[in-house]
Amino acid sequence: MTKEHANWSPYDNNGGTCVAIAGADYCVIAADTRMSTGYSILTRDYSKISKLADKSFMASSGFQADVKALQKVLSSRHLIYQHQHNKQMSCPAMAQLLSNTLYYKRFFPYYAFNVLGGLDSEGKGCVFTYDAVGSYERVGYSAQGSGATLITPFLDNQLKSPSPLLLPAKDAVTPLSEAEAVDLVKTCFSSATERDIYTGDSVEIIILNANGVRRETEQLRKD
Amino acid sequence: MDTLLSSEGDSQRTQYPYVTGTSIIGIKYKDGILMAADMGGSYGSTIRYKSVERLKQVGKHSLIGASGEISDFQEIQKYLDELILHDNMWDDGNSLGPKEVHNYLTRVMYNRRNKFDPLWNSLVIGGVKNGQKYLGSVSMIGVHFEDDHIATGFGNHLARPILREEWREDLSFEEGVKLLEKCMRNLLYRDRSAVNKLQIAKITEEGLTVSQPYSLKTFWNFAAFQNPTVGAEGSW
Repeated sequence: MTKEHANWSPYDNNGGTCVAIAGADYCVIAADTRMSTGYSILTRDYSKISKLADKSFMASSGFQADVKALQKVLSSRHLIYQHQHNKQMSCPAMAQLLSNTLYYKRFFPYYAFNVLGGLDSEGKGCVFTYDAVGSYERVGYSAQGSGATLITPFLDNQLKSPSPLLLPAKDAVTPLSEAEAVDLVKTCFSSATERDIYTGDSVEIIILNANGVRRETEQLRKD
Repeated sequence: MDTLLSSEGDSQRTQYPYVTGTSIIGIKYKDGILMAADMGGSYGSTIRYKSVERLKQVGKHSLIGASGEISDFQEIQKYLDELILHDNMWDDGNSLGPKEVHNYLTRVMYNRRNKFDPLWNSLVIGGVKNGQKYLGSVSMIGVHFEDDHIATGFGNHLARPILREEWREDLSFEEGVKLLEKCMRNLLYRDRSAVNKLQIAKITEEGLTVSQPYSLKTFWNFAAFQNPTVGAEGSW
């Protein structure tokens, strides 16, 4: 008696790439807007970035239905937090909540690859990077998704990231200006678009700083 | 009594679809949404049913088209009837629009996927409410998005490229219908589960109309059809 195997998968990879870079007093969060399935493009204009709190933005790629469900769970948990504490969640607090939410489904994971970007309580940029089951770490910059392998080495080179083996631990938050960081992100995406079939169409960039939030869009190759 | 290894507990889970509908195509046009679907219900490779209505009204403002398992679509229609009934029973002057119906169906499809018992459909929801046009899609595992033109199944491969080239924001009704017919004709030639009996539905702020079933004129004298192997000797 052998168990029947399902001929459908509960998961799909809808592709896409997400990047976040932390600066001294700003944070840049970016993701492309292409949504794919297999070798088809479903839509060229889909946002992967979600505002979780005033100072926390999450960019997620992977299985879109799980990403959307995850965004909804976090939004509603944030609303409850605001009712109970009469304030917005800080970015590090949201980071922990995201980790716990992901691990909660450790045995039927959210197929979502996340980067959380925002400002910490001192106004410094912070970026947290995750795997699908909630393991996370605060970093100076990160890329996730289908183009991550193309972008990460480039960022390592351009942002001259300090060795993680150094003691005392050196902060990887970049000394670059906000404009330089945004330009770097645009370069990352246009390069990734050349070689990754799932990245392209356009990139949505969110810039968070002491003055508030700004949004930029840049067109990418559509092939 | 090998209940540990046997899958009798899984007898209620969907494993495969049985009677299926093929592509749905939807586009936004000047006054609202246009959607096209043929009336075929295939049982594997047999075209078993030829009068299946795959485009249905939902409440005052929305239109749904379904491809995939027909019985699951009938189940979805029951859920939607109940949704609309409860919405009407509030009697508060509000009514669910296409955005809300789309969100509801996304949640239903995703939750069934989570239980490993999906409704085997790809749905297209379109409508107009308060002057806002809306067109969205949900798949059987809950993947959803909205766009100016949507297609399911083979339509994604054969119709979408045509729509990307020729769709415009300000299509008139006649232009929209011509564009849909061009896509449906293409599907007729190349999708073996397509049947030449289709309906086109139009939804605007004023309301919904579903056309009477009709067929498309086809042309089979293309050189490529006459001598299909001329570019590839040895093939058939």
